[in-house]
Amino acid sequence: MANISSDFLGIKSPNPYWLASAPPTDKKINVLRAFEAGWGGVVWKTLGSQVKNVSSRYSAVNYNGTRVMGFNNIELISDRPLDINLKEIAECIKLFPDRAMVVSLMADNTKEKWHELISQVEDTGAHGLELNFGCPHGMTERGMGASVGQDPEIARMVVEWVMEKANIPVITKLTPNVHSVVPAGKAVVEAGTNGLSLINTIQSVTGIDLDTLVPNPYVAGKSVFGGYCGPAVKPIALKFLTTISQDPITSRVPVSGIGGISTWKDAVEFMLLGASNVQVCTAAMKHGFRIIEDLCDGLNNWMDEKGFASLEDFIGKSVPAITHWEDLDINYHHIARINQEKCIHCGLCFIACEDTSHQSISLTYGNPYNTYAIKEEECVGCNLCELICPVENCITMVESRKGDEYINWKEFQRRGIPLNDH
Amino acid sequence: MAIKNNRLPAGQYEENFSDIHPPFTEKEAALVEANRCLFCYDAPCTKSCPTSIDVPKFIKQITTDNIRGSAYTIFDANIFGGGCSRVCPVEKLCEGSCVYNLMHEAPIPIAKLQRYATEKAIAEKWPLFKRKELKNKKVAVVGAGPAGLSCAHVLSREGIDVAVFEKEEKGGGLMTYGIAAYKVTPDFCRQEVEFITSVGGIRIEYNRELGKDLFLNDLKNNFDAVFLGIGVGLARQLDIPGEKLNGVVNAIEFIYKLRSESFHLLPVGDKVAVIGMGMTAIDAATQAKRLGAKEVTIVYRRTQDEMPCTQKELDLARLDGCKVIWLAAPKEVIGKDGNVTGLLCSEMELGVADHTGRKSPVDTGRTFMLDVDMVIKAAGQMPYTELVHQNDLQNSNGKIIIQNNTTNINGVFAGGDCVNGGKEVVDGVQAGKDAAASILEFLTGDAGSKEESAFNSIDMPLPKI
Repeated sequence: MANISSDFLGIKSPNPYWLASAPPTDKKINVLRAFEAGWGGVVWKTLGSQVKNVSSRYSAVNYNGTRVMGFNNIELISDRPLDINLKEIAECIKLFPDRAMVVSLMADNTKEKWHELISQVEDTGAHGLELNFGCPHGMTERGMGASVGQDPEIARMVVEWVMEKANIPVITKLTPNVHSVVPAGKAVVEAGTNGLSLINTIQSVTGIDLDTLVPNPYVAGKSVFGGYCGPAVKPIALKFLTTISQDPITSRVPVSGIGGISTWKDAVEFMLLGASNVQVCTAAMKHGFRIIEDLCDGLNNWMDEKGFASLEDFIGKSVPAITHWEDLDINYHHIARINQEKCIHCGLCFIACEDTSHQSISLTYGNPYNTYAIKEEECVGCNLCELICPVENCITMVESRKGDEYINWKEFQRRGIPLNDH
Repeated sequence: MAIKNNRLPAGQYEENFSDIHPPFTEKEAALVEANRCLFCYDAPCTKSCPTSIDVPKFIKQITTDNIRGSAYTIFDANIFGGGCSRVCPVEKLCEGSCVYNLMHEAPIPIAKLQRYATEKAIAEKWPLFKRKELKNKKVAVVGAGPAGLSCAHVLSREGIDVAVFEKEEKGGGLMTYGIAAYKVTPDFCRQEVEFITSVGGIRIEYNRELGKDLFLNDLKNNFDAVFLGIGVGLARQLDIPGEKLNGVVNAIEFIYKLRSESFHLLPVGDKVAVIGMGMTAIDAATQAKRLGAKEVTIVYRRTQDEMPCTQKELDLARLDGCKVIWLAAPKEVIGKDGNVTGLLCSEMELGVADHTGRKSPVDTGRTFMLDVDMVIKAAGQMPYTELVHQNDLQNSNGKIIIQNNTTNINGVFAGGDCVNGGKEVVDGVQAGKDAAASILEFLTGDAGSKEESAFNSIDMPLPKI
């Protein structure tokens, strides 16, 4: 059995799965249930100044019958009294000393307020702090949350205040509501943050009720932009994570990966792109804490199969595989192949290619089943047919290089090779 | 043993004749299935539908909450789309060719989804169709069955007024009178006919029968064109001794009574033999069993490999407890005091294949006796040969011959069972559509000269009976 225990800035947990700062981690009863279920740690829902929540709070995007492909919330930071939160945090640490307890913070914008909050939290015995520079709604209007994370200089200043006081590891959570997370990431690393986490939620409008014409979530005839998360945001999170992993400054600190992680496969992908551990929220909100069982089990089996003894063996392994476009090998070519024995004649490959790609699939009429075949000389190897085909391994992409030599775009131009090769 | 009615307690009838294919009761359930649809291109299901309903499109429309659009997609191709969703042998049509079968997965329940999309439209009488500008033409349609009403609906949409003449007191044809009651209810059939005629421009005159109080020459004189969708109706005779005994009935009559009277009034025997293995035979057998017959035996002269009904239908009969005797042909109905007491059958064996490849049964000379008090004949239906001859319609053994949907008589068109000898409802619907297209061409005169020559080429002397 592989060792899936995790050490993030000295914060130990039996597995790399923490529950992200969110409703599942806002009180003792939930957190104890999560620990009993087997979660490696929690980031306690953000503590800060007094807030008041509204009703309703969530909305979702469903797709082709799958519910909550994307999830959206307009909740604020914890609306429970600070002293109760602090007392419960301490109790949870006592009951489950082997689990990670990180507390998310968002103090009012003064050094004193931050210092006061940090000192109160450290008294609970918490193992780390996560600075919420990402909340995209409600707190931003008060100059907190994402409005800190969106301005690298403000973020740098706040992290400097925090680092003056903090005795336990500090993780800064970045907002994705920027064109790049690197400037803010660099600023907070330079200011001394011990680690980073990303992404927070993405501002969104999930939909509109076509009867009332009011967008959701509905609050007395109005709505606001909310924070979007869940499986839909995973590819965006992976992109942001990669830019942090590839930057020489931000890559100095460990990253806790967040954004639509629902399965062990998602978690492995985050870790392959440089996350040292991962945080989960939406998947747990959809299915409950019991999903931790397969998150651990699947990871363990995959590691055994691949021969990875510990998480460190594969963290960051895929980072070098993401390169710049101009470095891609232009001589690489592959073409689609349809396995006629597996083909169910649905015609989806044909119509996609014919209408929207390269007219590289031929159709021979039959009743009721047509036959489809690849026109190999026309196929550009775009993958569209393979992506659309509903049968596993019916369409495969077969390598068929244009030349033996690696040639990238820069070299291609330098040599003046003609463009119209197909 | 006796043939009698009221065999079951009151509530049992309702249970026995309730819907055999219950509809989706929840939207979510329909969506789960609709979302499984792959949305095939040039879809095999559509190609396997005689009316070419765009199945992937109507299913997609269910998933987008566009039920009105979904219903339109179905009815535009098949105005009997509601009824067909209940009676079509989909296992050999759309669902039988669903690509999921090739993955060894359950096919999309197309019929059930089609019912889901059409049910509300019919019940709430959605005005899905508008008539085009009136063309000041009128067409007579004989027979308010699937072919006739489908033809009438297309013509009405095109702005042509249609008068439909129907010999029964209700419309729908075999849909109303010839299909087992657990597939479609009389109430549904009435609603379906109302829905079809709600487009306007279609007037149905009931209890008007061709050759009795309605004559083709009058129709030709009073209308711009005539469509004959008179169907088939006469049960094929067995031509064996004892066929006239009390207790020998034909399946169409039996189902007709079942559909037009209260279940408890319909008499059925203790032990019933059903002759034939088509859809009607299965319907008759299952309905007899559900009326309270103690034993029902289906007698078929070929084997399972040659049976005309689908496996699903056979399963239905077997699940109802009907017995099947393969390779047995009725030789004589035995009676006492004028009533049936038994059926003498010949044991058959398969001989050589005929020109269609189907092996013909050959009498072995051995016989056996079935102890029955009722015999239901379901050995196929005969065309209205006499009526067809009386009206000088060119025909083949009573089946009207058409070319481009037109008969040998100028301005008289035909389609459906009276032409093909008896196929599915959905085939009748398509025949009605095809004929409507030809009638439209004939009336609007665009292709008038071409049409004339088509008539001339088949206008030949008729053989005398």
